[in-house]
Amino acid sequence: MSEHEYQPKSKVGKWFNDRLPLLSLASHLTDYPTPKNLNYWWTFGGILTFCLVTQIITGIVLAMHYVAHADLAFSSVEHIMRDVNYGWLIRYIHSNGASMFFLAVYIHIFRSLFYGSYKSPREVIWIIGILIYLLMMAAAFMGYVLPWGQMSFWGATVITNLFSAIPLVGESITTWLWGAYSVDNPTLNRFFSLHYLIPFLILGLVVLHIWALHVPGNNNPVGIDIKKPSKDTVPFHPYITIKDLFALLMFMIIFSGFVFFAPNVLGHSDNYIPANPMVTPAHIVPEWYLLPFYAILRSVPDKLGGVILMFSAIFILLILPWLDTSKVRSSVFRPIYRQFFWILVIDVLLLGYMGAMPAEGIYLLLTRVGTIYYFLHFLVVLPVVGYLEKTDPLPVSISDPIMTGGANVSFAKRNDKNI
Amino acid sequence: MIKISNIFLKTIIFSFLISFKTFSAEAIDPIKVDWSFKGLTGKFDRSSLQRGFQVYKEVCSSCHSMKYLSYRNLGEPGGPEFTEKEVKAIAASFEVTDGPDSQGEMFLRPGRPADKFVNPYPNNQAAMAANGGAYPPDMSVLVKARKGGADYIYSVLLGYEEKPAEMILDDGVYYNKYMAGNKIKMPKVLSDGLVDYADGTNSTEEQMARDVTTFLSWAAEPELEERHRTGVKVMIYLILLTILVYLSMKRLWSRIDTEV
Repeated sequence: MSEHEYQPKSKVGKWFNDRLPLLSLASHLTDYPTPKNLNYWWTFGGILTFCLVTQIITGIVLAMHYVAHADLAFSSVEHIMRDVNYGWLIRYIHSNGASMFFLAVYIHIFRSLFYGSYKSPREVIWIIGILIYLLMMAAAFMGYVLPWGQMSFWGATVITNLFSAIPLVGESITTWLWGAYSVDNPTLNRFFSLHYLIPFLILGLVVLHIWALHVPGNNNPVGIDIKKPSKDTVPFHPYITIKDLFALLMFMIIFSGFVFFAPNVLGHSDNYIPANPMVTPAHIVPEWYLLPFYAILRSVPDKLGGVILMFSAIFILLILPWLDTSKVRSSVFRPIYRQFFWILVIDVLLLGYMGAMPAEGIYLLLTRVGTIYYFLHFLVVLPVVGYLEKTDPLPVSISDPIMTGGANVSFAKRNDKNI
Repeated sequence: MIKISNIFLKTIIFSFLISFKTFSAEAIDPIKVDWSFKGLTGKFDRSSLQRGFQVYKEVCSSCHSMKYLSYRNLGEPGGPEFTEKEVKAIAASFEVTDGPDSQGEMFLRPGRPADKFVNPYPNNQAAMAANGGAYPPDMSVLVKARKGGADYIYSVLLGYEEKPAEMILDDGVYYNKYMAGNKIKMPKVLSDGLVDYADGTNSTEEQMARDVTTFLSWAAEPELEERHRTGVKVMIYLILLTILVYLSMKRLWSRIDTEV
């Protein structure tokens, strides 16, 4: 890699760099050889970094005005909305930013699934990514509790009650989590504390995520190993930075559309009713991004079974690199897996929809079908298809579209555009 | 295959969106009103806000609190925009409990623009006792706290009808065709000519419902006009910047033999 040869030009620069090689790091980041054929699905890494930074900055400002107390939380949010200069803007960016963050992370994850970015040698990047996703869900859930509206309170009640399903110690664990005998002021206080902590844990993991990425380098739409640097790569700056910036601006247009013109459309109106332990809302639903897992939770008639299944649905992703037996990374060359990929996308959307519906009748049946398929995909489809599938021939390099086995030359390109 | 699944996907998402609407309806759909504050550049109708405040003050405020608003808000840009003199007069027409004074006693004084809207009841229990066990909700964010928003509030105000013969209602419970479950503890309050509008507008039931709902929408989202205005500017800026960055990107990547 190029940073080994890098030497600062100035004497001061060299003196400093010999002691702390920050300039070498900067040089590595700008020169970092990146596959030149990355498509726009690869821009979501940069977009996610933007989301994290935005959430942290707006969150810090909100925390200057927010009061984490059961009697004051709701009023302090209204105070932010009405009396703090541009408080409404900061809060709407933060609340919609959470949704945008998840939208981007879901695209990022499914991109990885489609192009096999989780496979060797990138398993550690993938595992760190799943840990980030887990922490994101924890942070988002606790953040949603902070305004102390009806959905905040009852969402917290439902989710924390899940732990009471654990045999023998469940009740004690729940009480310990609450810091009280029900969701109450101590619960709100600790959720605020953790909600402030978790983003910085995420930030640390993001650094590891990128570090781990820079060891093997980016995967690419063709999914083959490439020489770095070579005519298949471009320096990260300016080529990838400007492309990421372009994609980020498009993303910001959508983001701003929500913030300025429909700031509450992704939330639930019940959360503008102050928390009331005596009144249960008709339907308790989590935010949209947690709905697929909520559906899986409710698909099992037994509480403990539901909890185990819900957590398995996430943790199964950790062993994904070893469940997939195919040596070919990109689905562009996997005609059978490609179809199962889209079925999985539809399945997750279906589960998300079912999570918002009452768990009864046809909804419950469909939820169960969706849940079973979700696990079938990872436990059966992935290993079996990997063995049985006859993959299409791979090109030798990104620049030379010559296929091993001499198949259709334009194949890779054509498919690439369709995705 | 990929193209077909793409179309399939879009069809599924689309049908979800449609079915969402039909399945989630509990009561009948509220009346659709063409509010002036809807849309990308929507603004409140200033005179409607002022009339709406009058309806709130003379009718609603005897039971409903509005504790997150201050009298000064009534004079701020984007709201009813009463003059400074009017705001002072409005505030002074309310009695505010202040204190304790140097003798340790609480005392009453005329309101000031900086005061929060005065609560009609000293506490929730008093409010419930006076209203047959139902607590009249605080109206500060009511429009945001109800599915259907302004349309829903407007509809409920006009939704009082004779109950169907087979329906049995307890004392102090009324039939309302837009309310979830069709039962409401608030009696029908609006009737033609109830309020003498200061600007001479004919105070029909529909007019009052429209005005007070406009007022409540502003109360829930006092930042709405500024938000819309800023939003349009932000959008224009982002779109122009996106075009510039796109052109620069094309220029830069023209050195590389790959499409960007």
